[in-house]
Amino acid sequence: MSKLKGKVAVVTGASKGIGADIAKGLAKEGASVVVNYASSKEGADKVVAEITAQGGKAVAIQGSVAKEADVQRLFNETTKAFGKLDILVNNAGVYTFSPIEEITEEGYHSIFNTNVLGLLLSTREAVKLFGDNGGSIINIGSAVTELNLPTSVIYTATKGAVDSITRVLSKELGPKKIRVNSLNPGMVETEGVHSAGFIGSDFQKFAESQTPLGRIGQPGDITPIAVFLASDDSGWLTGETLVASGGSR
Amino acid sequence: MDRLIGKVAVVTGASKGIGADIAKGLAQEGASVVVNYASSAQDAENIVAEIASHGGKALAVQGDVTNEADVKRLFAETVKAFGRLDLLVNNAGIYQFAPLPEITEDQFHRLFNINVLGLLLSTREAIAHFGPEGGSIINIGSSVTSTNPPSSVLYTATKGAVDSITRVLAKELGPRKIRVNSINPGLVETEGTHAIGFIGGEWQKMREAQTPLGRTGQPRDITPIAIFLASDDSGWLTGEILFASGGLR
Repeated sequence: MSKLKGKVAVVTGASKGIGADIAKGLAKEGASVVVNYASSKEGADKVVAEITAQGGKAVAIQGSVAKEADVQRLFNETTKAFGKLDILVNNAGVYTFSPIEEITEEGYHSIFNTNVLGLLLSTREAVKLFGDNGGSIINIGSAVTELNLPTSVIYTATKGAVDSITRVLSKELGPKKIRVNSLNPGMVETEGVHSAGFIGSDFQKFAESQTPLGRIGQPGDITPIAVFLASDDSGWLTGETLVASGGSR
Repeated sequence: MDRLIGKVAVVTGASKGIGADIAKGLAQEGASVVVNYASSAQDAENIVAEIASHGGKALAVQGDVTNEADVKRLFAETVKAFGRLDLLVNNAGIYQFAPLPEITEDQFHRLFNINVLGLLLSTREAIAHFGPEGGSIINIGSSVTSTNPPSSVLYTATKGAVDSITRVLAKELGPRKIRVNSINPGLVETEGTHAIGFIGGEWQKMREAQTPLGRTGQPRDITPIAIFLASDDSGWLTGEILFASGGLR
């Protein structure tokens, strides 16, 4: 329960879903955690309260990763609160689906700005704060880059970009002792996935039937993998992409 | 230090090198470990003694993974000693390098019998002993299936087969709650890599220069990854191939 003692982590988009669970998991291992959110202040405050109720340390900091000034402010406030940075979980991301005939420029920019540009801006600013001991960056990608589902072309393209970002930055930042790995979840039961209408649908049944481990994921399946990637246990891994989908590929 | 309490593990080829370090690591987490060896009885007993001196439980069991009767006996003796089986680390393997014009049928059969057939026989016999809770199989592959070095066609082909075995068996055994993942190490400093001349020369320096994390691997870089894959922390991963090479790919 103390693999991350003394470390400081920022988790983007941590007011709900996978991000919230990862924030709580990192705090449980002793990290001080910045729970970043774009607009769900109530959700983020709730995550912070849950963490502090368990004896952990966390603060909520607002910032939309797609906005450069917000990202700079996010990491400035992280420095003010905790003095340093060791771990970045690039979790903030959005998904919408449409067949190719219906894609729009607006839809394209919206998803790419959050899922790709936001990830790059967050990483660029975070790296300035890492010290001589380097750190660990965990990009939340998606198993869709294995599954390549019809009607997901823009979303999957953003996640293909994330896969490449992980591999390039692992080579680029390795000399600074900064590891960069991806965690690519399959379908995970979250508020977001419920809102998108996936839970209880035929698609869920189909997904489960194609999953070797026979069910869909829960945030609690993803968090221990994030903790592993954040900790020294994974110290010899960089540029890796872990597909966390119960074997669905 | 207790993520594997109550579990029973077999590590093949555990008398030295990576296998020995993994055996010790699993025991340190509370597993009872069978230290399998083909011919290095004294080395295997030394590993068992080291484990016992730290308060762990281990037993050396001889068996050549290419010999079907040996493999059956290996797992029968495991269950006789420890009552159950939960974890299998398919580590036994050899390496030999030769450019294509110099390869021989003998070399082909020797490498494939140990690295592929032996792995398959061990896996087939092991799963007959896994209980209803399933278990975790960890195949030790190699980063050569990414780096594809010249003069390694036979060795790399055996490891390509191992990658495929991991992916197929993950799908096949998932419904039985048996997870199957690979660790593919890069160059690791062991008795074996010293003996073959990989350590201490210009070639090693060149490799380190190309490695994002700037050094050669040690067995202790590999073991925490094996523990992760053996434990419930990786419960949502199956069919995954983790390249443990400091980012060299």
